[in-house]
Amino acid sequence: MSDVADAPEAARPITSRRDPRYEVVMYRHVGVDGAWKLDYYRSHGGYEAATKALTQMSPSQVIDEVKASKLRGRGGAGFPTGLKWSFMPPVDGRQRLLVVNADESEPGSFKDRYIMEDDPHQLIEGMIIGCYAIQATKAMIYIRGEYVKGYQRLVGAVREAREAGILGKNVLGTEVEVDITVHRGAGAYICGEETALMNSLEGLRGNPRLKPPFPAQAGVYGLPTTINNVTTMTSVVHIITRGAHWFSSMGTEDSKGTKLYQISGPVERPGVYELPMGASFRELIYDLAGGPKGGEAKGFFPGGSSTPPLPWTDEYLDMAMDYGSLAKAGSMLGTGGVIVIPKEKDIVDAMYNVVRFYAHESCGKCTPCREGISTWLPKMYQKLLAGLGTREDLDLMEEMVRNSRGTAFCPLADACAMPVQASFKWFRDEYEFIVDNGRPMYTKNDWWEA
Amino acid sequence: MVELDTIPAYFADKQEVLDEILGRYPEYGRRSAVMPLLWEVQNAERYVSEARIAEIAEILGMHPTEVKGVMSFYSEYHGEPVGKYHLQVCSTLSCSLAGSDQLYDYLVEKLGIVNGETDAEGRFSIQRVECLGSCGTGPVLQVNDVYYERVSRTRCDQLIEALKHGDMPDAWRERGGDNESAEKADFLMSAASGRASTGEGEG
Repeated sequence: MSDVADAPEAARPITSRRDPRYEVVMYRHVGVDGAWKLDYYRSHGGYEAATKALTQMSPSQVIDEVKASKLRGRGGAGFPTGLKWSFMPPVDGRQRLLVVNADESEPGSFKDRYIMEDDPHQLIEGMIIGCYAIQATKAMIYIRGEYVKGYQRLVGAVREAREAGILGKNVLGTEVEVDITVHRGAGAYICGEETALMNSLEGLRGNPRLKPPFPAQAGVYGLPTTINNVTTMTSVVHIITRGAHWFSSMGTEDSKGTKLYQISGPVERPGVYELPMGASFRELIYDLAGGPKGGEAKGFFPGGSSTPPLPWTDEYLDMAMDYGSLAKAGSMLGTGGVIVIPKEKDIVDAMYNVVRFYAHESCGKCTPCREGISTWLPKMYQKLLAGLGTREDLDLMEEMVRNSRGTAFCPLADACAMPVQASFKWFRDEYEFIVDNGRPMYTKNDWWEA
Repeated sequence: MVELDTIPAYFADKQEVLDEILGRYPEYGRRSAVMPLLWEVQNAERYVSEARIAEIAEILGMHPTEVKGVMSFYSEYHGEPVGKYHLQVCSTLSCSLAGSDQLYDYLVEKLGIVNGETDAEGRFSIQRVECLGSCGTGPVLQVNDVYYERVSRTRCDQLIEALKHGDMPDAWRERGGDNESAEKADFLMSAASGRASTGEGEG
């Protein structure tokens, strides 16, 4: 971009090593030794966006800018960020809170981890801007327990920022007050669900709460709370630096800006790639990640294991990776974590792995999830894999997951039921093969590299 | 309980640590400190005993059963001692497609313990865990707090040998995608010199 001369560092675009058309914005410092230190961050344009927001813009102008950028939440649900911020009640003297959901636990997702490990100040800067916009003086980061390196880096970065006057009573020399507490989880996928996260933050078991009330009305400690994903926050930094127009000029009709896509499974170069929204799966899987390793693939999860898998056809590979296209195809963009399923991996086995994950992570609060998803369904998969299943079992499983949709207290049960349903839709032949023959269609079971 | 009388309280001589943890949360949110207090104890003692649970409950004005209720909800807190090296093998789909099932079987064979067990010397314990957020660089093995990524058969042998000698290697940190660290610095240099500055991301 030529119109970024006022941001010296950003004037020098860093592009993807695999395709120079794609500028790397949020991930420019990831993988650079020492990038997590304040000196590095400041010498590369860091905290200029926060300074701009706090000194040249009013809180409502910041919200308007984010609304105009059409940024949608990057945690999975894709709710418009500016709109979410505007749901905060008028300032009434109560403490207001910004909470960052860094409980990244969706299988296939690993974009937040590298930001927190390699570029924590970028997240802190986004949080300062977010706090200013919603007029909160207190912010919390809920980071999953396993991310110890990220936790340490964040705690270190918050300390550095406090000492440098970037956090505290007078942020960057202004009258604005912001402080950040980093809260470490301890291993529970469900805490990525925002109401469960709030319970966990309050020192309770991480069971979800009923909505409404929504967090903006009664969130953590019953106070007005806004909860955003890590890369939603880091997107805001660049929206403020370069303007809403820069962001909204990229992408498709309903999905703007760049997004961090992740790709895993057997491809040549798995990892995180930053792309404008609307790039196709084929570009990500083949052009950037080098395509499936040593052979064919038969399907892929488009955005984490809770998004219904799609078959490996031109129709789906050429589809734009945006919210609308995937909804039309009966799936979801989710976190943008693509998992490639190789042809040689039996789908019944692959889906058992997915089902086992949700069974393990069910909080046990409500009956449909505890008894259906968490208890009955994995047993049915075990029965199939033991070669004891029948055609009637398949019909029953399909009926059961269909009927379980929408019956559970929170989205976790659906997150399991939907991909199972899709696997029956696209790969029913493999289910039928295993019940008819007593053995899976594909038997390869050594996936380990020497 | 006998333990309560014989073992000095964990926080008895750590007032500063305690104050720092409690100070992270507002007074009306004192209970939020339950997770960091459990972490503090577990980091020092490798598990959280009944006596420590009672102590944390006392500090926070909770009932010990409530603290235990919180603790048992999360898979990372241990109510019994784990090994000096607690091996956490990710078993979720992406890692499974990179060989984590075979990695687990191999560890079982090599160490003679299975999921949930600790060996007789208290040196190794194994836990099969769900997605560790290292899907692009699997299979991943987390030893205590440290991630070892892309653990091939050869690298697994190296790691276990080192651990057997009481030597814990630095994390094997991998990033994959556009961000392999070894190449990244070179790449930034070439980008700075203008080689790669043609794009503007509209794609």
